[in-house]
Amino acid sequence: MRITYRDKAWELPGGMTAGDAIKKVGLDPEAVLVVRNGELVTDDVILSDEDEVKLIAVVSGGDGEVS
Amino acid sequence: MRCRRCSKPAVINMRQHKLALCGEHFLGWIPAQTQRFIKKYEMFDPGETILVAVSGGKDSLSLWDLLLSLGYEARGLYIDLGISEEGYSSSSLAKVDRFVEKREGARLKVVDVKEVYGKSIPQLARERPEQKTCSLCGLVKRYIMNETALEEGAVLATGHNLDDEAAVLLQNVLHWQTGYLLRQAPVLPSTHPRLAQKAKPFFRFYERETAAYAILRGIDYIYEECPFATGATTIFYKELLNRLEGRSRGAKLQFYLSFLRAREKGFFLRMLPFGPERIPSVNEGLELGECERCGQPTTAPGLCAFCRLWKVAEAEVG
Ligand code: SF4
Ligand SMILES: [Zn+2]
Ligand SMILES: [Zn+2]
Repeated sequence: MRITYRDKAWELPGGMTAGDAIKKVGLDPEAVLVVRNGELVTDDVILSDEDEVKLIAVVSGGDGEVS
Repeated sequence: MRCRRCSKPAVINMRQHKLALCGEHFLGWIPAQTQRFIKKYEMFDPGETILVAVSGGKDSLSLWDLLLSLGYEARGLYIDLGISEEGYSSSSLAKVDRFVEKREGARLKVVDVKEVYGKSIPQLARERPEQKTCSLCGLVKRYIMNETALEEGAVLATGHNLDDEAAVLLQNVLHWQTGYLLRQAPVLPSTHPRLAQKAKPFFRFYERETAAYAILRGIDYIYEECPFATGATTIFYKELLNRLEGRSRGAKLQFYLSFLRAREKGFFLRMLPFGPERIPSVNEGLELGECERCGQPTTAPGLCAFCRLWKVAEAEVG
């Protein structure tokens, strides 16, 4: 299956969970959401060879508003 | 994984609540929870005007969307920081404009920093290499948000989520910034006629939940980060907290909620002449004067930090 994240892309074999795929590409499952074939899914879904997976970063930064 | 309520496939698993939900139930859960916290923390009442500070990002646009859908008189405020690097400010404003176009009756006010004060944030930052861009930017934004909320007679609402709050808390704890700890809260009541009430209705949601809400509601938000955010310490602290969360479910939530409980018990309160039972507030324990130029409360004599910033900038130009 094809996995994209920001401007990066990977090809991984099907049969693993989305959570494992996230770890495999070096990301933190806590910090991304998984969109499989256009649908938001939980990271326990098992991905198949044909799936198009988009990982969406959820962490945003900036002003640490301290006052 | 299945939805706890209807057993359709879940779209999100909120491990800290042991709760997985499908799209439909998640889109019902988020507003109900938000409404509950608005009430519980006395953020604002149904009849009040709310000014939502929007950046074009997922949190603030989701908050505005949600408050509108709950029937609040919620107006938007977009502060144009003039960040032309990577077209950041113009593309984020474009997202906000699109959001407004799609919602009949949504009112947006745009304050262009350069137009009003003469300089954009990057220009200001270049003149002050010793100061971090984000802290300058934060100062300017907070000032304009407060002023605009006062003008509109509104309560100011920002899209801060639990990850934002926990990251700031971690930062403040690591430096034992007790003054900041005292002022970090889901709601800050107005303690001075020149200070608007401030509320963070999303403070109990993890960042992944506000992102999921935006996606499910079809909100087109700015996904790219502000170019100055890369390497920002907040992101580093968020990553640390996420690793902690991965090891121990609910760690972020517990960290922040335990802090709030300690704060409510008065652990961060100075003993004041009028007793420790007073609600800790933005100026607790501080002697507040008024800025000679704009009248906003300030701890410094003479000018407030915001007016000092522009005064120095003017002096350098002239
Ligand atoms: S990342 Fe920093 S400079 Fe950019 S908008 Fe946020 S606070 Fe301002
Ligand atoms: Zn359901
Ligand atoms: Zn001032």
